[in-house]
Amino acid sequence: MFNRIFSKQNRALLSELVRTDFKLRYQGSALGYAWSLLRPLLLFVILYVVFVKVLKSGGGIPHFPVYLLLGIVIWNFFYEMTVQSLGSIVGRGDLIRKISIPRWIIVFSSSLSAVINLGLNLIVVAIFMLVNRVDLLNTTFLLPLILIEVYVFALGISLFLSAAFVKFRDISYIWEVALQAGFYLTPILYSLSIIHDVTYQKILLLNPMAQSIQDARYSLITHDKLVITTSRIFGGGWYALIPFGVVILVLIGGMAYFKSQADSFAENI
Amino acid sequence: MAIHDVAIKVDNVSKTFKLPHEKQASIKGALINLVHGGKRSYETQQALKGISFEVKKGEFFGIVGRNGSGKSTLLKMLAGTYMPSKGSIHVNGKLTPFIELGVGFNPELTGRENVFLNGALLGFNRKEMMAMYEDIVDFAEIERFMDQKLKNYSSGMQVRLAFSIAIRADSDILLFDEVLAVGDASFQQKCYDMFENLKKEGRTVVLVTHDMSAVQRFCQRAILIEKGVIQLNGKPGDIADKYLEQNFEKQVQSKDPKGEPRKDSSMFTVKNVKLKSPNGSSKSFSMRENVTVGFSVKNHSTEESFHIGLQIFNGAGAYCFGTNTKISNITAIKARSTNISLSLSQTLAPGTYFVTIAIMNNAATKVLRYLPKLATFNVKQETEDQGVVLMDYKWEVANV
Repeated sequence: MFNRIFSKQNRALLSELVRTDFKLRYQGSALGYAWSLLRPLLLFVILYVVFVKVLKSGGGIPHFPVYLLLGIVIWNFFYEMTVQSLGSIVGRGDLIRKISIPRWIIVFSSSLSAVINLGLNLIVVAIFMLVNRVDLLNTTFLLPLILIEVYVFALGISLFLSAAFVKFRDISYIWEVALQAGFYLTPILYSLSIIHDVTYQKILLLNPMAQSIQDARYSLITHDKLVITTSRIFGGGWYALIPFGVVILVLIGGMAYFKSQADSFAENI
Repeated sequence: MAIHDVAIKVDNVSKTFKLPHEKQASIKGALINLVHGGKRSYETQQALKGISFEVKKGEFFGIVGRNGSGKSTLLKMLAGTYMPSKGSIHVNGKLTPFIELGVGFNPELTGRENVFLNGALLGFNRKEMMAMYEDIVDFAEIERFMDQKLKNYSSGMQVRLAFSIAIRADSDILLFDEVLAVGDASFQQKCYDMFENLKKEGRTVVLVTHDMSAVQRFCQRAILIEKGVIQLNGKPGDIADKYLEQNFEKQVQSKDPKGEPRKDSSMFTVKNVKLKSPNGSSKSFSMRENVTVGFSVKNHSTEESFHIGLQIFNGAGAYCFGTNTKISNITAIKARSTNISLSLSQTLAPGTYFVTIAIMNNAATKVLRYLPKLATFNVKQETEDQGVVLMDYKWEVANV
């Protein structure tokens, strides 16, 4: 099975598609690849000024600027991957109509471009950690696992969105709004402690993005008790597993929908 | 036939398209339709009905049909981009479709980058492409431009590059869709050379075309598709005859419905256009075989007398021959109803030809009625010689 999916042909195709995506992304811009780093950095500067300096939303969390940056980087990864994947099948319509390549490769290749960008952004995070003198924690090894969770979650959504977009072009507008709502429902810019009702905190933390961002901050930056994570708030109860359940369901649902639609992509694009 | 001899097996395949009356590419549209009884209003169009055939290994197989006959749908199903609504298609071996040359070419990438991308679509990885890169560039004859963006290439350069990559495909089965329609004469020649090579190598090739000369030259067997069903499965010669006959019927119909006089300025009708060889009625002629064009003309107009002209065009649209009754010093025709017969001793090169008939005024200075492509015929491929006409020749090689 694995051999068939990652056959020589599929690997060759995947690597060329990722290369092409990457080459085309900053096509014609003077700074080129540097924008991969500059964009999140500039965004971070704005948010830093607004939320750390003006609104002072840190609420006493240690290393808040880095804490803020890590949240933004993870959210950006989720945003970029889903938005790029959404249009990927339609965008590669010429290939799909004229040649029989495994459809999932197209979504997979645009997800890998997002992963590459995440890697670059994490370098920026590492630099800020050094500048801010953040101590290395014994939970750092958990970070890759958390990122894999975010990737799997985003992949499930991407598969669903890219297939649905072939039939319903409104999906892109709906998803844009959903992402905007998700950005504010996820404790990225603010600390959860500004919400006083614990029930609301619990509800917000059932969202896999909120759970993973909080866990990433906990494992990489600080164990301070102000970092409210899903497992802390549910005291290690079964409820803490809900976000993981959601991720798995989203992946299975996304794959099933994509599979049911894949055969008719060529006709519907 | 043993199963391992079969390269492609198409078993009772049908394809139905749902064509919504107004395409609902939005959720609002879908919601409105849900409210209105939950059914989207659409027409079903059956592109193919119960198609079955087999392509043997090593066979050069033709699929012939007019535009809209369903042959492109069939091709896309063979290529695996469309799925059959009913029936099954079994492909034995690796199949590479060439529905278009240069699929996936990106204008923003350089020629070099496009070579690797296109190669990956054919299933070659970077290492394999590196090994054949020099040859590809040499063959396309565009070394100097490889590091320029593809958007700066002429269309000819793009096609040459795409073709140079395409001929590297090492699949067992190759599928071509009218690739020959693009490009100039020298490019067509390259395509033909490639077909010859593929044939020699004994690879399985499926060619979809309406170029009857190519079908007869290369294919061992062919099918003719019309209105979504197979009309004929057999020898290329028979297929070409049948195809040309159908094409001819349609031409006459569209020009002259039911033989009724048309109410346009020139009230002439031309009917019963028939082509004959010395052996009888035919659409397919041997080289140098006499072609007799017979037809009847009715004059409903106020013109007292008229001349008749005839032109022959080849498949590429080139004007090959033309004459009229005035040139042959025949007096202008006065009768209201006339039967005409013109015997031509032709020396046309193998290929498809079209006969155009013109009605001219009594001085043969003005065309009163022009009836393009009233009939079509085919000259069989019986020589390796090339060009647009046949010539008698004799080589003399004297060693000094």
